Amino acid sequence: MNRFLLPLGAFIVLVIFLWIGLTLNPREVPSPLINKVAPTFRLPQLHHSDKTIGPEDLRGKVWLLNVWSSWCVTCRQEHPLLVELGRQNLVPIYGLNYKDNRDDGLALLRSSGDPYVLSAYDREGNVGIDWGVYGVPETFVIDKSGFIRHKFIGALTPELIQNKLIPLIKELNGA
Amino acid sequence: MHSKFLFVLVLLLVMPLAYADQAVITKDDPVLEKRVMALSTHLRCLVCQNQTIADSNAELAVDLKNQVREKLRQGQSEQEILDYMVKRYGEFVLFSPLVKSTTWLLWFGPLSLLVVGLGVLFVILRQRHKMMQQAPALSADEHARAASLLSGKEGEGHS
Repeated sequence: MNRFLLPLGAFIVLVIFLWIGLTLNPREVPSPLINKVAPTFRLPQLHHSDKTIGPEDLRGKVWLLNVWSSWCVTCRQEHPLLVELGRQNLVPIYGLNYKDNRDDGLALLRSSGDPYVLSAYDREGNVGIDWGVYGVPETFVIDKSGFIRHKFIGALTPELIQNKLIPLIKELNGA
Repeated sequence: MHSKFLFVLVLLLVMPLAYADQAVITKDDPVLEKRVMALSTHLRCLVCQNQTIADSNAELAVDLKNQVREKLRQGQSEQEILDYMVKRYGEFVLFSPLVKSTTWLLWFGPLSLLVVGLGVLFVILRQRHKMMQQAPALSADEHARAASLLSGKEGEGHS
């Protein structure tokens, strides 16, 4: 009896590990930028190419940086949720228009609504790389002192917004 | 038969097309390009996670290669660039994981399993060897019975 117990135990441990492995999402690589100062940038705005925007301008408030693009299908799916969130006035949403054509980006905002206070225009995607963006859409939560507190990889969902994003914003605003 | 031959011929003809879309190397600075490619083999493409950015043509991989090229051109060292990437994308971006306490199991697990396995095998073989030596020798009678049993079995098996 005993000689079967050991292999059986090892097998069960293995199954448990594999089982846990199945529930993990390999696409979600934890960002090392969490709880670090947001990488700085200075980019032209999407609507006004003569004006610029950078994280320094937003010191003192909690804000979201949503990385989006007109060619990104998932971003389009996420878009109505952002418009809705923007309407609630809980948190200012800033966009990072990532590797897009200025005209295409503007056209999307015209047709589907513009949830962003304003969007930065990252034609080459260099700022995206600096922020560790690897798959749009991504949404960063930045606190009053300019630290990145959370990163949502992929599209936001109503559940994520209700259960995670809004409580986090309330917490950061309270602190 | 004829059509099969034709099919194979067509397949052979389209084979070079498979190479048509591989990552392009710009030719203006072969030395720099070599360094870019060498460093790129150490960086994981986060979109196509089991490829390095050297192997991949995904847009992010191309962008990252451009970043590597730009930084090398600025005179940054290979290590500095790797550090930069790790700061942005995490250690997962390194194609071979660092050797540290949390990755010891990953690095040395398979080898230690092999060693343990060989150890167990060795112990079992030695025990078996000892058992064989300690087993009481058969008497002449028992030998004869065993032989008859064996030949009897063999006889049955043939019939």
